[in-house]
Amino acid sequence: MSDQTANFPAGAPDAMNGAATMLEVEDVHTYYGQIEALKGISLSVREGEIVTLIGGNGAGKTTTLRTISGLMHPRRGSIKLQGRPIEALAAHDVVAQGISHSPEGRRIFPRMTVRENLELGAFRRKDRAEIEADMDRVFELFPRLKERVTQKAGTMSGGEQQMLAMGRALMAKPTVLLLDEPSMGLAPILVEQIFNIVQEINAQGTTILLVEQNALMALSVAHRGYVIETGNIVLHDDAKALQQNELVRKAYLGEE
Amino acid sequence: MASMVTTYNTRLRQQLHDDPTTSIVVTLLAVGALFYPLIDRALGWNTVGTMFPIVAFILLALGLNIVVGFAGLLDLGYAAFFAIGAYTVAILTSPSSPVVDKLPFTLNFWGALVLAFFVTALFGVILGAPTLRLRGDYLAIVTLGFGEIVPAVFRNADQITRGEQGLNAIAKPTIFGMKFGNDIVRWYYLLIATGFLIIFVARRMRDSRLGRAWMAMREDEIAASAMGINLVMTKLSAFAMGASFSGLVGVMYASRFSYAAPSSFEFSTSVLLLAMVILGGLGNIWGVILGGLLLGTFDRILSIRITGWINSLGETIGVGFLETVNLSRLRFGIFGLTLVLMMLWRPEGILPNERRRAELRADTTDGETAADDTLYGERGAPV
Repeated sequence: MSDQTANFPAGAPDAMNGAATMLEVEDVHTYYGQIEALKGISLSVREGEIVTLIGGNGAGKTTTLRTISGLMHPRRGSIKLQGRPIEALAAHDVVAQGISHSPEGRRIFPRMTVRENLELGAFRRKDRAEIEADMDRVFELFPRLKERVTQKAGTMSGGEQQMLAMGRALMAKPTVLLLDEPSMGLAPILVEQIFNIVQEINAQGTTILLVEQNALMALSVAHRGYVIETGNIVLHDDAKALQQNELVRKAYLGEE
Repeated sequence: MASMVTTYNTRLRQQLHDDPTTSIVVTLLAVGALFYPLIDRALGWNTVGTMFPIVAFILLALGLNIVVGFAGLLDLGYAAFFAIGAYTVAILTSPSSPVVDKLPFTLNFWGALVLAFFVTALFGVILGAPTLRLRGDYLAIVTLGFGEIVPAVFRNADQITRGEQGLNAIAKPTIFGMKFGNDIVRWYYLLIATGFLIIFVARRMRDSRLGRAWMAMREDEIAASAMGINLVMTKLSAFAMGASFSGLVGVMYASRFSYAAPSSFEFSTSVLLLAMVILGGLGNIWGVILGGLLLGTFDRILSIRITGWINSLGETIGVGFLETVNLSRLRFGIFGLTLVLMMLWRPEGILPNERRRAELRADTTDGETAADDTLYGERGAPV
């Protein structure tokens, strides 16, 4: 169970077999000062997939996403987007490469309006007409945001803020979307709605890496899943297989 | 081109119409500024000469507003850039400077002005670069140190700056053969023209992509960088812009009085500028001008006049304390008191920036949004 390097065969059973690798994380070690938070994480996301990374508190889920998006840098290991190494890039350059991060705790700009938040999501883009079109697309996914377009983001409910965080990340027109706990702090009915939208975004062609504590929901929308424990990947399988997995059922789905 | 100007003017008008208070203040300020020398002569005030330093300080406050109000970087050593601008023109054009003889060319005022613009921008970057990872209080401490170091260097590098004596006979400008000399009205209008330029540039920057990046960075650095905003460039450009505005004013100030000495650029100058920005309304250009006008006028004109009134009132009613009180000596006490009262009653300033008011008044952030700052250290207290 505690395989340190965790190099799983790339051809694990899954529905998307054969698609090109979009994001490849290999043997990544990330530290907070002296503390090794990621002890050699390897995972891959193929084009068109939803891959979920599940695990308990402090397992390293958020650190993994922050390392991919350049908010943190690995001390060792490599991260490749469509074969190009990105592990040394600063966060703003990673965005330009096509990875967009909807961070933990939403981190919307609370004193800006919904529209201003979305516009900032497209900060690196210059194609004005397409930015407008993408904003319409975001409003189709999240009609609530359209209703509140001139409202200050900080005055919205938690669910609406989560929608805004996701919409804002989409405005960068990413090839890979990183979602960090989109269900955190939301009412069950909203959680379901958010996950439906995650699937819809994916169906429109965006590859998604989803970090979740709500393993049940995450596995029900994902194609494949990785289980992370204290900085190591301990399991990797097809999402359906993980749902049946004894360890996952015990540890994350609350079964005895 | 014409249509661009038209749309800009329309937008400007719309913005002004949105807020009647601002609209009135702006009109009064512009008309007042343009006709001030006429009004002054008509009423026999004889204050145009005194208005020069007041307007200069207002322009400095506008530059500081870019750094503190737009980008949210608390700078307690802003007077250092004012000093660097002043000393650039002094060292390059004063006959008492040892450097002038060694220059292969002679610089006039305008040449020195352009050079000072870039020199101060460079020093803005030099201050900005080591402070990139600092926020709030910590940034304030480093800028405070910078503000102390710069005058100390000018004081001690007496080979070049003649130390405490200062440099004099600094070059003065000429426009189309018109010499400025000590003509206070011409100097006044030169500053007002610079002011219009600075206001125009500051507004355009605020509404630009860079202005958006400053705003996003002020609200949440991590989210801003996740949006693709280059924090390094965004911060450095705020420091460089703010510094270069200050440099321009420094050149004019030194040239007008034909004198640059270290004692003019002490910590108290930085504090006075910051007080102007905060009193008027952090982040709002018109508010900053109003705050600068109020504090500047009090500092240079009103404190002396009011002292006179109080003293004669004291003589009339025979109260010894009122006869001898001197408000000019109490100026920093009065500024401090003003700031304390403002923080209690109207922390957003007299003419607030709408967004800043939201930051200070409403507690909109939830715990989750504010958490997770381990990487970048503590958040600074709101300014």
